[in-house]
Amino acid sequence: MSISKKAETPRRVLAEFSYERAAAERGYTGQTLYVNVGDGTIESRPVTETMKEQFIGGRGFGLYRLWGGVEDDTRWDDPENEIVISSGPCGGITQYPGSGKSIVVSISPLTDIPVDSNVGGHFGPLLKFAGWDALEIQGKAERDVIVVIDGRSGRVTVEEAVEVPVDTHLVGHWLIDQMAESDEDRYYMSVVAAGTGSENSRFGCLNFSFYDRHREAPRFKQAGRGGIGTVFRDKGIRAVVVKSGPVSGDSNQPADRARISKVGSQLHREIFEYDDEQNQMRKGGTTYLVSIMNDYDLLPVHNFRYGSHPEAKKIAGDVWQDLFTQGIPDGCWYGCTMACSHAVDQYEVRTGPYQGERVIVDGPEYETIAGVGSCCGIFEPWAILEINFYCDTYGLDTISFGTAMGFVMECYEAGVLDQEKTGGLELSFGNAEAAIEVLHQVARGEGFGSIFGQGAHRMKDFFVEEFGADRDFVEDIAMENKGLEYSEYVTKESLAQQGGYGMTNKGPQHDEAWLIFMDQISNLLPTFEDKAEALHYFPMFRTWFGLCGFCKLPWNDVVPPENAETDEPQKIPSHVQNYVELFSGVTGREVTEDDLIEQSETVYNFQRVFNIRLGKGLREHDAVPYRSMGPVTVEEYESRAERYDKQLREDLSVDPQGMGTQEKLAALRAHREQQYEKLLDAVYERRGWTPRGVPTPKKLESLGIDFPEVIAIVERFL
Amino acid sequence: MIRVNKRTEVAWEEGITVTDLLEKLNYTYPHIIVKVNGELVRRHAYDTFTIPDGADVRVIHLIAGG
Repeated sequence: MSISKKAETPRRVLAEFSYERAAAERGYTGQTLYVNVGDGTIESRPVTETMKEQFIGGRGFGLYRLWGGVEDDTRWDDPENEIVISSGPCGGITQYPGSGKSIVVSISPLTDIPVDSNVGGHFGPLLKFAGWDALEIQGKAERDVIVVIDGRSGRVTVEEAVEVPVDTHLVGHWLIDQMAESDEDRYYMSVVAAGTGSENSRFGCLNFSFYDRHREAPRFKQAGRGGIGTVFRDKGIRAVVVKSGPVSGDSNQPADRARISKVGSQLHREIFEYDDEQNQMRKGGTTYLVSIMNDYDLLPVHNFRYGSHPEAKKIAGDVWQDLFTQGIPDGCWYGCTMACSHAVDQYEVRTGPYQGERVIVDGPEYETIAGVGSCCGIFEPWAILEINFYCDTYGLDTISFGTAMGFVMECYEAGVLDQEKTGGLELSFGNAEAAIEVLHQVARGEGFGSIFGQGAHRMKDFFVEEFGADRDFVEDIAMENKGLEYSEYVTKESLAQQGGYGMTNKGPQHDEAWLIFMDQISNLLPTFEDKAEALHYFPMFRTWFGLCGFCKLPWNDVVPPENAETDEPQKIPSHVQNYVELFSGVTGREVTEDDLIEQSETVYNFQRVFNIRLGKGLREHDAVPYRSMGPVTVEEYESRAERYDKQLREDLSVDPQGMGTQEKLAALRAHREQQYEKLLDAVYERRGWTPRGVPTPKKLESLGIDFPEVIAIVERFL
Repeated sequence: MIRVNKRTEVAWEEGITVTDLLEKLNYTYPHIIVKVNGELVRRHAYDTFTIPDGADVRVIHLIAGG
């Protein structure tokens, strides 16, 4: 598709601010940018030593600024809620793959607590090279605005959004055409946008652009989780644009460039040597996971009832490798040789307002395929592409859409919903056309889509109160915790992963802990103590990526052969050491592996207290739906009866012979729920929390975050 | 009998190789570490390494999600 340059479009500046661009030095510019789109305040705020020492950057900076900007009773749509975007000290280096991530933090419309969402694309690093370690947006605009940060001229403006489109695939092209002063300028601009879906749902996402030199078009990565796109549109923001000068290997001014280049060269070699025989990220990205999850009974099918399906091969990795344009280095930041951001080019849209247009579809990645595909019983690639495209351009999270749709389809098949309640839509599993129609209705804020747009958590109440649904049934099958929809892994046979989801600070997203194979398949976590240790180490280690600007994938999606000979191969020790070298080499602060974990612990515990401050963050909020623990229905039990009967015999010493299925379901459930409570006890103890899940003052003191306002919050619950 | 990951039992057969065992278990993920009675088996030997009866086999999957 093409958008003609509209050079005559007026730019009506509502507020502006001039600044001296600070160059990054050892990963930091030393200042963050505050923009209030409500009252027009724009100012520079200093990055203190406390921020660098205790909060590092990225998610840490986001939480720190958000904490200072909101009150205890602030909700997502209050003007004082903020959207904070920050990459981190290592974000923007070009020597090591996966070093261009941003983290976005805000109070979520789905959970009412802070959400952190990580995203690729160029915005975070270019923001830093435009002079800012973070962008902090507050307030609500009376009329829609765009925010423009021009690092070359040293000018920040809030402008009325004259003629600016809303949907992302339009606004990205439009703004770049409007604002690029030369072809090269396009490479060093990035746009953040949401879409019309974000205006009418709670699970709006943000799209972060990067300019694809090979396709000569902007492409987008998504900060999908938690509804930050909804906050963005509620603030009246259509887009944020950043422009910087050219990027080089020195733009981040690392303390020791040779040191980071050395580990970068090593990983580049590993990718070139082993990716083809391992996960083939360069050809298919994360799509390889579909067949793996299906083979191990972990792929969500029909709202997580089952873990595999005979038709899964229709949406497996080889199908997507054929659809993705091959031979183009698809990195979402400079220097990333893992290059997994694949796209389907020239996809002809079949439905909705853009029917007939040929577009680039960014992805799909595994989570999208499993969410809007198998979870909904949809095994048609065109339908997954159609939903992927529209979710992105409407600014909707594909994971929340897919998981919520799976819930709705099960409700439909169980008789909770019918065509009268859905406005004539037959929302049974596999009906792609009906699911797509709901998607368009969400974007328009109409019909059943206006109910669906509230997300699974609120739909439960609506179905009970308005449609007479059985409360226990919907509580069991709606895959949400804290208000956020689950990402796409079946956890019934992995207690550690049940906790990995349930205890995640923002809600059930797998970026903190992903322990299914370690626990369920490899059996490396046989005791509660083992599980608790893994639920300490891995969430902390994975949190660290989001403090520094790193992508998780290069950590363990390619691994050198000698890793097999290490004591703890699942940690990929040589790559952990790479990150020690990178952090030390960029910042000049010598750290150890233990220091990385402590850096994360600080931010992680701060976020837990932040949750408590806003009304969650306690043991009861780590409860999970029973569907994530075990079989809810008779047909689920009977589909894996041999497995469950064996567990009754071996784990519970119960003879299933002669028992009815309902009786067996109840026995298994009582056991599994008890196991989950024991897991919480073990993990809380390992993390230095009380049995109620509250970080102790002693723990907070040991991490250096025993600030009076932090201690005052936890003391209420001791 | 072969015991896999200290949990799953697989009937032993004369001449059973690592590749045979992985196929029986439908362990399709390509990036794994296999140890038989504590001895690391290299990938190139999966087709030829025969597993003795009563073996303790570990199959560690190096996969950690998206």
